[in-house]
Amino acid sequence: MPILEGEGVTKYFGGLAAVSHVNFNVDQGEVVGLIGPNGAGKTTLFNLISGALTPKSGVIRFKGKNITGSKPHQICRMGVARTFQSVKVFNNMPVLENVLLGSLFGTSTGMSSADAAREATGLLDFVGLSAVKAILAKDLTLANQKRLEVARALATKPELLLLDELMTGLNPAELAQAVELVTRIQDKGVTVFMIEHVMKAIMSVCDRIIVLHHGEKIAEGTPQEIATSKTVIEVYLGE
Amino acid sequence: MDIARVTSKRSFLLGLLGLILVLLATLPLYAAGYTPILMTSIFMYIILTVSWTLFSGPTGYMSLAPAAFFGVGIYAAAILGKYVPLPVFIVAGGLASFIVALLVGALTLRLRGIYFAIFTFGLVMLIMQLLVFWELHVMGIRGRFVVVIHYNTIYYAMLIIFVVLMLTVYFIKRSKFGLALQSIGENEEAAAHAGVNVTMVKVITFAVSAFFMGAAGATIATRWTYIDPYIAFNVLFSFLPVLMAIFGGMGQLYGPVIGAAIFAYLQEKLVTTFSELYMLIFGIVLVVAILYMPDGLVGLIPRLWRRRAGGQRANT
Repeated sequence: MPILEGEGVTKYFGGLAAVSHVNFNVDQGEVVGLIGPNGAGKTTLFNLISGALTPKSGVIRFKGKNITGSKPHQICRMGVARTFQSVKVFNNMPVLENVLLGSLFGTSTGMSSADAAREATGLLDFVGLSAVKAILAKDLTLANQKRLEVARALATKPELLLLDELMTGLNPAELAQAVELVTRIQDKGVTVFMIEHVMKAIMSVCDRIIVLHHGEKIAEGTPQEIATSKTVIEVYLGE
Repeated sequence: MDIARVTSKRSFLLGLLGLILVLLATLPLYAAGYTPILMTSIFMYIILTVSWTLFSGPTGYMSLAPAAFFGVGIYAAAILGKYVPLPVFIVAGGLASFIVALLVGALTLRLRGIYFAIFTFGLVMLIMQLLVFWELHVMGIRGRFVVVIHYNTIYYAMLIIFVVLMLTVYFIKRSKFGLALQSIGENEEAAAHAGVNVTMVKVITFAVSAFFMGAAGATIATRWTYIDPYIAFNVLFSFLPVLMAIFGGMGQLYGPVIGAAIFAYLQEKLVTTFSELYMLIFGIVLVVAILYMPDGLVGLIPRLWRRRAGGQRANT
């Protein structure tokens, strides 16, 4: 059963179709990758799903419910969390408070402060940031800031997590940890939809991959199918 | 040992605050008539500055609307003063400003940066000019008289507003609402995607800060006896709170309080002793303050502390 569905999702920036009539679906429990060259419309699609942007036409459904045009905080509370391509942590707040904010405000039911604190501490442990929980977020390394974003997103108790280039800019050791983190998130029962450029990582971690090019969906399939697809190779390597 | 030290430090602070409060509450008993009047004016500036900082400090939205909310309070006193007692029209002034802020906030808080600042400044002008037009062409009057109230009563009213404001700010800062407010200032988009209803948090805070500005306006109006739109909506009351907050430093709760207190005292003294030169001296003090105290007066304390400790307590 699809947890997330999009039908004819379209968004224009000026005269340019950033996302054009894209149909997609993500099934419960899957890890789905979203790839494509720069400017393909991947982040725009995430912005449309998370409510940062409203589509010009088309419908987006989460668990069968139409969420097109809902506000970001409403979509978050329904169970869709996200991270950002350019890291957006709360720089001058301690690491723990960054996560606390998610558990205090992002869950559908709300939480008592004590529960939220426990939850936040547990998640810092989960992503491996327990040792630095009192440090200001701006003093973390990029890899740790990305983990912090994941923890903050998980604090909102999502059923679907949108990861926007979690692995870009990481060194090989950090990359391996990030791949492992995604697997553990999946094991938690959270469905993952991820934008990624690091092919090795995406091939190993995804169940299914969707390819965007110039705002249109050009291919979809298992990593094996995508890796051997003629259209995809043409787009990436030229004809 | 650390816990004992923290609690003893805390009870010492509470005691100190209590003592200051008792001294302030009994001020008219031992000080001559001028002191409560001076203190009323100082408290007025503190209220304007702290309530400005309540919203603009954490969110980073620079509001130039204080004069609008202050003026709405003044007009509430001018209109209602004849009919209802002081506490009622103070609250009415605050509520009127609260409602204006709710409406304006819902419309404008999607604006960012300089656009928000200019719009809020325009709001002051708009209300002022509307009132001028209304009084001149519709009612055929020029200004209004405000009911006169004894200066000690006004002093107590201002003191009570101040205490309520400080308690409000303290509890907001410690609450999850305060955390949301801070996250909006840090990164509004991320806050929204983490589940914070950013519009609601901003509008409510904006309105709460306007409530205290309006209450202060309604109170001080009774000292001024005569008001017109130009007096009530003087744009200086939009800029002074900003300057005072910067002067004091916005990082700590007491920064704006100290900034406004010293600033207001200085202004009062300069006006009385060098009435011609006061704006000039004032300007110089400000320039020096901004150049040499980027974190305001309270920012000096850790700097001096570090110098005294000679780097032994270097930031680790």
